[in-house]
Amino acid sequence: MSGTLRFIQGNEAVVEGALYAGLGFYAGYPITPSTEITELLAERLPKRGGTFIQMEDEIASMCSIIGASLTGKKVMTATSGPGFSLMQEAIGYAVMAEVPCVVVNVQRSGPSTGLPTAVAQGDVMQARWGTHGDHAIIALTASNLQDVFKLTIEAFNMAETYRTPVILLLDEVVGHMREKVIIPNEGEFVVQRLITSVPEGTDYHPYLAREDGRLPMSDFGGVHRYNVTGLVHDMWGFPSNDPTVAYNLLRHLVDKIEKRSHEIARYQEHRIEDADILIVSYGSSARSALHMIEKGRDSGIRIGLLELNTIWPFPYEVVRRAAERTEIVLVVEMNMGQVYQEVRRAVKTDRVYLVNRFDGVFISHNDIEKTLNVVMGRGV
Amino acid sequence: MPVKDYLRLRFFPHLWCAGCGHGTIMASLIQAIEELNLLKNNVVIVSGIGCSSRLPGYLDFHTLHSLHGRALAFATGIKMARPELTVIVPMGDGDASAIGGNHLIHAARRNIDLTAVVLNNSIYGMTGGQNSPTTPLEARSTTTPQGNIDPAFDLVELAKGAGASFVARSTAYHAAELKQMLMKGISHRGFSFVEAVSGCPTYYGRRNKLGSGVDLMRMFKDRTVPMGSEKKKNDPSLIERGIFVEKTRPSYTDQYRYVTQGDCKDS
Repeated sequence: MSGTLRFIQGNEAVVEGALYAGLGFYAGYPITPSTEITELLAERLPKRGGTFIQMEDEIASMCSIIGASLTGKKVMTATSGPGFSLMQEAIGYAVMAEVPCVVVNVQRSGPSTGLPTAVAQGDVMQARWGTHGDHAIIALTASNLQDVFKLTIEAFNMAETYRTPVILLLDEVVGHMREKVIIPNEGEFVVQRLITSVPEGTDYHPYLAREDGRLPMSDFGGVHRYNVTGLVHDMWGFPSNDPTVAYNLLRHLVDKIEKRSHEIARYQEHRIEDADILIVSYGSSARSALHMIEKGRDSGIRIGLLELNTIWPFPYEVVRRAAERTEIVLVVEMNMGQVYQEVRRAVKTDRVYLVNRFDGVFISHNDIEKTLNVVMGRGV
Repeated sequence: MPVKDYLRLRFFPHLWCAGCGHGTIMASLIQAIEELNLLKNNVVIVSGIGCSSRLPGYLDFHTLHSLHGRALAFATGIKMARPELTVIVPMGDGDASAIGGNHLIHAARRNIDLTAVVLNNSIYGMTGGQNSPTTPLEARSTTTPQGNIDPAFDLVELAKGAGASFVARSTAYHAAELKQMLMKGISHRGFSFVEAVSGCPTYYGRRNKLGSGVDLMRMFKDRTVPMGSEKKKNDPSLIERGIFVEKTRPSYTDQYRYVTQGDCKDS
């Protein structure tokens, strides 16, 4: 890949990815450990003709990006735990009104104010179920900064393709560490918004899906005037209490993502072909898991890693296939088993073990090795 | 164009009760937009949640029915992304000053070029008549069955204090005056705040034995006076109507050019 070689922080890799993807509007509110994203975009986005605004809270940040997205801009906000909690109602609005947007959550320890400067991965289930009501959501994550850059672009692409909020679920270690990243020259990986071809003067139905499930958009300020609401709505975007309309809308909102989980699944396999033991991990935890794979292989243990970049919709089929020939599965994460439970649902073997930390300390290969020794019958 | 040409008749009948003041306020708003010769494609109406917030759906503009209390935050995103659009934000009293109070004061502080129209009927109507921040002391509501002990906001004073550069008040009864104020507010460059006093006979009027929608209209006629009127000096309980603030202050979208083009110290 040709491009510019940079040595940058994880939060800066998000900024580079967002600018590469064509970010046009950003709203944010300071919160550790994601503040650098807001600071860097305050400087860089206006120079590119984009709009940066610091809002009065995270609720306002989330609402303003939805408003801006409806005018045709690619939009993003970034936050951490407490701010992510505040955004949940408006994330549900973006789900219901099908407004493309990217929400970055650089996870820190919780609940509540928790350990603001310490790493955790405790928001996996909040990303899935944080807003009320049945819905589907896309959440992506990454363990190294080249992938952070790439997955940020993918987050924008998926938001536009599926007309949905996409959660970029990073963590404090990935957000604050520094690594080299190649920023490619061209915007070839960038998906543009699908705009309606319905001409002026002809009825445009903002919520009438095409055969392929996609809904072409029309910008506020353009030639088609329509209604957007968080209420259950018909193809005109007008509120409806009709049970058939409600059924079809919820079915559509869930199916457009859940039935395409194979398209949305991003993952990486490391030495799983002959593995007796499979590690499933994601985010910064996957760095320590990868370290453990190398160490284990050096001492003759046939061990492999499945690193998940798509967390939601959960790639059950990918996990099931990866674990097909292994007796033992370890799930490595920094929470009390949020992805562990999903892995148990996906695989046949009962020998699924959780290797975790939730004390604000970054999980290491030593933590993994201790559990590995026990499950292999080698003692503590 | 007649008023009906600005309506989405497909979505009628509307859900407002008989005697509700919101319909005449909507008509004043339509007439203001008509007289200003604004193009439909250049107007965006953003609302929150509540009876008043159903207003945008009936209008043939770009319309966004957003979240309870958050209309100004959504509208800020639209205005900053497309400053050339005229963005009007109808809200209810609870919507604007309770759950949305934070967004209201910050939109006023920024002086962002939006027109906030608060349809103030002193009650939460959509949920069945609960106490709001503008319910008068001692008034009855479902959540103040013993009488209200919460002092009420004066929304005009609130908007003035937060820095709004255009602040006005009229009522559903004074439809022509309200239209004029809305025209001035929409044309004003900066944050405009228009309080449109409305009546809720179903919940507020009935529970407080104030009579029908017509009686409430009569009350707006009899109990309000033009700003600076002699009557007010003799009876301080009368409520003033008028334009309380109209001043020139750089609007947020105008100031943003310093962010894109250089440094605000260079100005």
